Amino acid sequence: MTNLDAGGDLRLVGLTKRFGAFTAVDNLDLTIPQGSFFALLGASGCGKTTTLRMVSGLEDPTAGRIYLGDADVTDTKPYKRPVNTVFQNYALFPHLDIFENVAFGLRRRGVKDVKKAVEDILALVELGHLAKRKPTQLSGGQQQRVAVARALINQPQVLLLDEPLGALDLKLRRQMQIELKRIQTEVGLTFVHVTHDQEEAMTMADTIAVMNAGGIEQMGSPEELYENPATTFVANFLGQSNLVAGSISGKDGDTVTVEAHGSRIALPAARSRVESGAAIIGVRPEKVHLVHGGQDAPAGHNVFTGGVVTDASFIGVSTQYLVKMPWGEELAVFEQNAGQEIFRPGSEVSLHWDPSQTFGLDGSQDIEAGAEIDDEAAA
Amino acid sequence: MTAATEQLAPSAPAVEENRAKRNLLPYFLLAPGVLWLVIFFLIPIITAVSASVQTGSLDEGFSLTWRWANYSDMFSTYNAEIVHSMIYSVACTVLCLALGYPLAYFIAFRGGRWKNLLMALVIAPAFTSFLIRTIAWETILSDHGWVTRVLVDTKATNVMVDLGLITNNHQLLNTPFSVVFGMVYNFLPFTVLPLYTSLEKIDPRLHEAGADLYGSGYKTWRYVTWPLSLPGVIAGTLLTFIPAVGDYINAYMLGSPNTQVIGQVIENEALRDQFGYPTASAMGVVLTAGTLLVVMLYVRKAGTEDLL
Repeated sequence: MTNLDAGGDLRLVGLTKRFGAFTAVDNLDLTIPQGSFFALLGASGCGKTTTLRMVSGLEDPTAGRIYLGDADVTDTKPYKRPVNTVFQNYALFPHLDIFENVAFGLRRRGVKDVKKAVEDILALVELGHLAKRKPTQLSGGQQQRVAVARALINQPQVLLLDEPLGALDLKLRRQMQIELKRIQTEVGLTFVHVTHDQEEAMTMADTIAVMNAGGIEQMGSPEELYENPATTFVANFLGQSNLVAGSISGKDGDTVTVEAHGSRIALPAARSRVESGAAIIGVRPEKVHLVHGGQDAPAGHNVFTGGVVTDASFIGVSTQYLVKMPWGEELAVFEQNAGQEIFRPGSEVSLHWDPSQTFGLDGSQDIEAGAEIDDEAAA
Repeated sequence: MTAATEQLAPSAPAVEENRAKRNLLPYFLLAPGVLWLVIFFLIPIITAVSASVQTGSLDEGFSLTWRWANYSDMFSTYNAEIVHSMIYSVACTVLCLALGYPLAYFIAFRGGRWKNLLMALVIAPAFTSFLIRTIAWETILSDHGWVTRVLVDTKATNVMVDLGLITNNHQLLNTPFSVVFGMVYNFLPFTVLPLYTSLEKIDPRLHEAGADLYGSGYKTWRYVTWPLSLPGVIAGTLLTFIPAVGDYINAYMLGSPNTQVIGQVIENEALRDQFGYPTASAMGVVLTAGTLLVVMLYVRKAGTEDLL
């Protein structure tokens, strides 16, 4: 059995993988603390799955080292690593029943009496009654839980999950997200979860690393990434952002002022990634409120005037607006349906929000980075 | 349903007639197949079984005398040939599997974009007649051919004599070795094709799952690949074994009187001996029934009726 007590941080040092001329993973440094639920989030082709496969040993890195605790496992064969994977389409053995699928890892390591362990783990994933079935006789969600049980029973130091919920429908996915989180809390193992679904990553993970083009764009807790994205890519990929280009006009104590399309936008200095020059200001759609074109916004708020509503979708808890600004950009606004007026397309409106909800990014970046990818992933 | 139809339909006789037609249709469709089987399978079997217990000669004609001793005579006269047939066909099947499995495995998992070309190459020899290819081997393996010369010069033939594959150290032809060699060559595609089909269907991710779950290369093959390829193994060995038991071309072309098999005996008895008709029939019946028995036991033993 693997030794759970050994300091089991997973460390990737300078990890690189090239396929011919294509660099899938580029000089990646990453430490994943033992016992955490860690998500690698990114669009397809960003290198997240390749990273996972290198950790499991199914892919050899071109350069760099992989450490599990103090042990260098870079050159260890996959079947000798205390790491198990929940594969994307589960890869359950079709010729074995559920019991034997789950017992596979133990049997291959020569464990004689597997009955108790298998029954316990099947109970954990609530599938004890299906032990004699074949994988094809199970639903997608059940197969997924078998895949988790088959990996977990080996008590790996790290459990790798490769888009484990991708094949499930939305409702089942939600249910399994909660289930996986519960299992992780219960067993206390390190989970490394690869996904392109930002909501899934945010729901489950303690720490998210957003990957882009083979490297890590930003890493932190879900709240941190959402509220304080470091780059336009993260701002656009994780949730939705209104990003407006401008330039820094002054700094007064804790407040930075940005000139953007004739408006003076204030934001907390702590949330600004730049000190001077070109900047991009950002605000999340749900922080923004609308008033009629002529009306005044609350004092002290940041304001953009002269907007025209181009689209209003009523979705129950909120109404989502697209507002076309005089400089041509369309900004998104999510208003809670708490009794205020619902604006029709064509209405002239002003946007306003609390300056503390504003973040500032380096103005030299592509303002649309990550935006299209998110649409693709959501589709 | 029937009652409802009759109540609703005003022209009951027309409906009745329609239904009668429809009920007969499946039989019409079945008729050609059934007829074929009756004429070319059932009648010949009955004829063969009946001929096997007749006595007489070609000149005087044969009559049904229920002489079951034809069977015991045949067994005592030709037990060597029966044993040869069994040994050669089993050896051929085992060797075909041993050679064909790695070949099919390689093509299925490592073939990449060459897969189809490689499979075409496996089948390509079949475009030439079976007979011509076997005659070609007769030439290649002949005493003065370069294959024999090289093997004799390198003393490899001495080893083959020690192993009992050939009888003297300067000849490959006319030995059990050359007969089985020819059979393996001729039947290999029959083993490879079904094997390839079932191996190719295996999801390569299952191999990764095996490796991830502490299965070394061998263990993953033994516990994942092998059981999943069993349908192909069974189909391939059956497709090889069944024709191999009855094959006599290889024994005839590449063997000697010491390597005769049942097929040759049947041919001799039926075509060259004027009293041999019943014996040939008895052998045919035994060959068919014996093969059937072996196949049934094999499939039962493999416990994979649901896999086929």
